[in-house]
Amino acid sequence: MERVVLKAQEAEPVDAGSVVAPIEPAPAATKVQRFARPRRWLALHRRDIGTLVLGAVSLLVFLTIWHFLTKYRVNIYVRFLNVPSPEQVVERAIRAFHDPKFFAHVALSCRRILIGFLCAAVVAVPLGLLMGRFRLIRESIFPVTEVLRPIPAIAWVPMSIMLWPSNEESIVFITFLGSFFPILINTLHGMALVDPVLVRASQCLGAREISIFREVYFPAALPHIFTGLTVGMGVAWVSLIAAEMISGQYGIGYFTWEAYSLVQYSDIALGMICIGVLGLASSAMIRGVGKFVMPWTRT
Amino acid sequence: MSDGVTTKGLIEVNGFDLSYESIDGSVEAVRDVSVRVDPGEFVSIIGPSGCGKSTLLNAVAGFLNPTRGTVRVDGETVEGPSADRGMVFQQYSLFPWKTVRGNVEFGLKMKGRDKYSREAAARTLLGLAGLQQFENHYPDRLSGGMKQRVGIVRALATGPKVLLLDEPFGALDAQTRVIMQQILTNMWQRLKISVLFVTHDIDEAIFLSDRVYCMTARPGTIKAEIMVPLERPRQPSMMMSSEFLALRRGLMSLIREESLKAMGGEIGDGALQGLSIDLHGQSLADVI
Repeated sequence: MERVVLKAQEAEPVDAGSVVAPIEPAPAATKVQRFARPRRWLALHRRDIGTLVLGAVSLLVFLTIWHFLTKYRVNIYVRFLNVPSPEQVVERAIRAFHDPKFFAHVALSCRRILIGFLCAAVVAVPLGLLMGRFRLIRESIFPVTEVLRPIPAIAWVPMSIMLWPSNEESIVFITFLGSFFPILINTLHGMALVDPVLVRASQCLGAREISIFREVYFPAALPHIFTGLTVGMGVAWVSLIAAEMISGQYGIGYFTWEAYSLVQYSDIALGMICIGVLGLASSAMIRGVGKFVMPWTRT
Repeated sequence: MSDGVTTKGLIEVNGFDLSYESIDGSVEAVRDVSVRVDPGEFVSIIGPSGCGKSTLLNAVAGFLNPTRGTVRVDGETVEGPSADRGMVFQQYSLFPWKTVRGNVEFGLKMKGRDKYSREAAARTLLGLAGLQQFENHYPDRLSGGMKQRVGIVRALATGPKVLLLDEPFGALDAQTRVIMQQILTNMWQRLKISVLFVTHDIDEAIFLSDRVYCMTARPGTIKAEIMVPLERPRQPSMMMSSEFLALRRGLMSLIREESLKAMGGEIGDGALQGLSIDLHGQSLADVI
């Protein structure tokens, strides 16, 4: 390293070129370095790999405990006498996967979720955006939604049956209600948090009402909208399963409930796991869509 | 960019009053302020915090209406924000969902320019600011200095008549700030655009400006108007010149007085004098 002494008359900035030595070109990769990249990849992703391994171990432990609880028919206040073992469930699942009737149940539930959830998103997101933007709309609609919001979707079942001509529509309606409020509330929340400086910045760049809405409010609220969609999807499944159990014919919730009545205990667990997997998959799907439409939130 | 020769960009603020209503009645934030920025001139407003200098700037931008008085740009009364008056904010205020280039293109998009000409214009401007290799980055990934360069470039992209800057370098570290000041003077020199610059940094105000308005504590009024006769182009080495230091000393005493007033009852002049501890003739080393 070269040393530079600043003298009193040298008040002018020192030429950078004379201080910094030119960087030597990196030597070509040798055999030793051949595995440097995979090794670095491993080092960089150590935590992710750890998470995966730990997750797998935790699932395995869960299955093992389940296995032994059912194998020895544990009966200490909580009774595992009739609970199917994981092996039985797997066996039943393999049979169910060759059974078109089982898939009909799953497909119908997915269809109900899709229609109910999409309707909720299509109504709640624009409504939330408008309520967030215009005080008059917000203050006239908010009281109604606040009164309706605490009512669990399941409590709507009798009303829904009265309202709609068929069972199918009333179940979709329950699903709609379940996801509607989380989406609405989160959209509103996102609108409330839009940084006013960004709005002013857009106005200084010539943006008018519609452009401000499209270019500032909407993208700014988008992360919260997606939070709402994720939560809404979860509640949609909760509501759907409850509705199917109460008033359904067909659907995975109905399948699970029917299994109990028909004393097919393996089917109960199969239905439950199926609901869990479907819920997980639909949340993951929304997260994926979110990452796709909001590239700036990727880290 | 527009034809951009120096004939436009006259800012005239006359008899500007701004007060707002509170529970204790009407509060006067700014009183009888008159400010003028000639086309192509660089003017700063300096004053203690809360003196209403940002309020004044916001009125020129069109975000506030004066209680009394007029705000005119090129003879037209300001009636709301417009792309004719570009603004740069202290908080950068870049759109996080747009890339650097997307941010710079925003104003042109609002003007209805087509995609290709927007892209070309943004690339040219980003090149001038040394940001071309970051055009596809999201603002999140940039340093404060880079963000603010994008902010300035974005405000200039629409070819505004005037550029308003509200403490744009206030959030930057000292070294970055000096570099940014240099970049800003260079850009201004090239574009010959009228600039109204709000700051509380005395060195910054002198280094950048042709003229500096000094404001009093609340209610804000213009206390003094100082010409800065330093030659152009400005170099950081000028900050050590005797001329600069004399201006600095003058402004410093003006500001200090107002800052003390702004702090009101909290710290009187006596309190500051009291900071010299009476050691009863002993040396400090003995006491410790």
